Amino acid sequence: MKTESRLIRGARLLDPCTGLDAVTDLAIDRGRILAVGELPAGFTPTEVIDGQGCCLCPGFIETSFQGHTPGSGRDGSLASELRAAAAGGFTSVLLRPDTSPVADTPGVIREQQAEAAAAGLIRVLPCGALTPGLRGRELSEMAALLEAGAVAFGQAQRSIEDTQLLRLALSYAADFDRTVLLHPEDARLAADGVMDEGPLSLRLGLGGRPRLAEDIGLYRDLQVARLARARVHFPTLSSAAAAEQIDAAQAAGQAVTAGVSIHHLLLTSQDIGTFNTHVKILPPLRDARQQEALRQALARGTLSVLSAQHEPWGPDHRGSTMTAAPFGIAAIEYLLPLALNLVRAGLLSMLQLVQRLTTGPAAALGLPLPSLAPGSVADLCLFDPEQPWEASANGWSVGDNHPYRHWELRGAVRLTLRDGRIVHRREP
Amino acid sequence: MTGLRFGDGNPQYDRQGRLRHLLSIEGLREIDLLQILDTAESFLGIAQRAIKKTPTLRGRTLVNLFFENSTRTRSTFELAAKRLSADVLNIAASQSSATKGESLLDTVDNLMAMQVDGFIVRHPEAGAAHLLARHLGDRALVVNAGDGQHAHPTQALLDVFTIRRLAGPVEQQVVCILGDLLHSRVARALIHALSILGCPEIRVLGPRTLVPPEFASLGVQVHHDPRDALPGASVVYALRLQRERMESHRLPSLDEFHRRFGLTPERLALAAPGALVLHPGPINRGVEIGSAVVDGPQSVILAQVEHGLAVRMAVLSLLAGVGGHED
Amino acid sequence: MNSRFDVDALLNTLAEQLRPLVDPAATAMIGIFTGGVWVARALHHRLGLVLPLGELDISFYRDDFSRIGLHPEVRASRLPFDVEDRDILLVDDVLYTGRTVRAALNEIFDYGRPRRIRLVVLVDRCSRELPIAADFSALQLRLDSHHEIKLNGPEPLRLEVQARESGS
Repeated sequence: MKTESRLIRGARLLDPCTGLDAVTDLAIDRGRILAVGELPAGFTPTEVIDGQGCCLCPGFIETSFQGHTPGSGRDGSLASELRAAAAGGFTSVLLRPDTSPVADTPGVIREQQAEAAAAGLIRVLPCGALTPGLRGRELSEMAALLEAGAVAFGQAQRSIEDTQLLRLALSYAADFDRTVLLHPEDARLAADGVMDEGPLSLRLGLGGRPRLAEDIGLYRDLQVARLARARVHFPTLSSAAAAEQIDAAQAAGQAVTAGVSIHHLLLTSQDIGTFNTHVKILPPLRDARQQEALRQALARGTLSVLSAQHEPWGPDHRGSTMTAAPFGIAAIEYLLPLALNLVRAGLLSMLQLVQRLTTGPAAALGLPLPSLAPGSVADLCLFDPEQPWEASANGWSVGDNHPYRHWELRGAVRLTLRDGRIVHRREP
Repeated sequence: MTGLRFGDGNPQYDRQGRLRHLLSIEGLREIDLLQILDTAESFLGIAQRAIKKTPTLRGRTLVNLFFENSTRTRSTFELAAKRLSADVLNIAASQSSATKGESLLDTVDNLMAMQVDGFIVRHPEAGAAHLLARHLGDRALVVNAGDGQHAHPTQALLDVFTIRRLAGPVEQQVVCILGDLLHSRVARALIHALSILGCPEIRVLGPRTLVPPEFASLGVQVHHDPRDALPGASVVYALRLQRERMESHRLPSLDEFHRRFGLTPERLALAAPGALVLHPGPINRGVEIGSAVVDGPQSVILAQVEHGLAVRMAVLSLLAGVGGHED
Repeated sequence: MNSRFDVDALLNTLAEQLRPLVDPAATAMIGIFTGGVWVARALHHRLGLVLPLGELDISFYRDDFSRIGLHPEVRASRLPFDVEDRDILLVDDVLYTGRTVRAALNEIFDYGRPRRIRLVVLVDRCSRELPIAADFSALQLRLDSHHEIKLNGPEPLRLEVQARESGS
């Protein structure tokens, strides 16, 4: 690695680990943070960056990222999607195991790491499938997956129907002290629904996925996790009742964390309008009441992770009907300006927002907490919170499946640094 | 918010507010709905002539694009188009490129390359007609001939046309729709059409598994017992019950459905004297409706078919008449 | 303006021209919507025709359909007699280009094959674009294309000349 050293001058530093929120200088040397404020005598950076008017914080961490590696390439791959994530200010992403083939063998985990290394951008955190093929019928070889580099286990967007198998899988995973990511949903009740069950699904004649399916699934998963003494994380919840259950479980001391996607905080099922497939997502968008409850739960910290829930789908999926279109929104490169809406609405402080994007997900995944303290790894994001822009027709992601095309975006990532090295730079 | 309003979110209308496609009754202005019905009155007489044809759409080519089997709807649209002197291309997608994996829009683009003027589309998935209309814009007209469980606007138009003609003003009717509402695009479309025309009372009737209470959000009264739903009804509309509903455990048996809800002469007697009986066809005799009622004096089921032709002629001529297809 | 023309007198003139040439028991009369129907009603009454009056809406037969579409108000055509081998008087208010009459002839032939059709108009503008001529007219009027003559009604009937609105 080149011995780059940088000085970022006059940015507002936001460190959720220490609570620091102040305008000062930050020096980077040999991939680590060298100093904050007072600089060591004789420090001569190779680059000085003017950070005035900008915020500087640890790089964001994503807990739900579909990288399509391995995959066909039609819908993007780690090469394209990690570039999009870097543009969004992210420095680490947990890969969803529902790739093709599924990340249930050491070979797949190694392939993902090799692809990421070749891309040379940000960190990938492979997540092994909890059950082979995510089918929920038997246990994966978890030790082998960990040895290959997996940092957690998960089921992506498939719930395990067999409760006994869920109990065994969580018990077995608990041996390794890793987080297990679950998709809480009663599969039979959710059936083939493509949107929230309610008046709109009735009017559009589309199969509904009742909220109750998540509430029941979550209850079961929480109880089984407690029985198995497993640490679990629910990446994106969608209902008020689900947030309340997390509240209660955390109050009772259970090792559980949960997150919410930015989409569920900004959109509701009404945005489907007349069959807008770009807002088809799992769990489905709900009504305004659920949205408000999720916002409040994020604000008070019950939901400690704000997720971009990145799921790109390439141009071959354009022109699909609501039923045929795949679930997912690809907007990781627009996450920051979208999320700043929550700060502007007074829901979160700037520091709290950064916390939900950095230490929140790190804690959920059992990773070391990122910080700006000297000695920390220089995985950083420098952003201008006011810069206005618009989502271009062609973003970094291969996926164009997002509903934010004509939104007025305010706030842009200027620099993303990984190990002190610039992996994304946007000229002001 | 809903995206179903007139204007941007409603792809049925162009920027000048003219009806370019017929995709769903929901979002249709009352004035357009009435114009279709009034125009249909004029076409009704044409079937009685020696030459049952007008030159209205001479030189136009319309495509019947059916991704689902339907002899009745397809043939009435075909006949309607032919009586307007249009050329009609029938494409049954089950035997065509769709089974070879070609997408809906690719199929349509290929046909557009042959300079066709419009598509009458039936598709098993909700929103397919909207997708087509958004794709085509004002290059060709789109008539939704049924999309999944979403909408079937020409059926609703012929239904209200029949009610208006044979029962009287819609504003004075009490309409009871019975059967499998949940999976019925016919019922959804009819409820919207009746609401737009000011029907004061719409009741829906069936077991909770097929008529969930959420139907109240459409502004209808939800009933699960014929003795509550039928008294006073001046129009009784029986929906076709599909056998798949038993396989999905929504009903114990067709016999039991008939026992509870089947429209028999005894049940029909609960409705207002002389109440009209409608059915979209095809009929399951002895399931949702008994033969004595189908063939009885109150049944106007065959009149619906006749009206369907006039209504479809009206829709096609009105949509094709909006400028822009030619130059 | 409207005082210039005595519509009643014009109708009487037409009726007198027609009277020796019609058989009230067998001749049928058809008016073209809207003005033609008003004129036909008046003539039908004056001539004492036995067969009920026919009414024709030619919207579906217009040759400019693809350019301007359907008239917002389409009425049902109604020919309450057998057209086959019939002697027919076709009535319109104004004969201008001849296109309306052409459409009407097409439509009548879709009902059957009449023995003879004669064209009766209140006003002949003497500027036809098709080889279609009136057999009977009460008034011949040459107007430039910037003016139009319009029959307003139904009660009372008034014949008015107006400057054409620009752009139409």
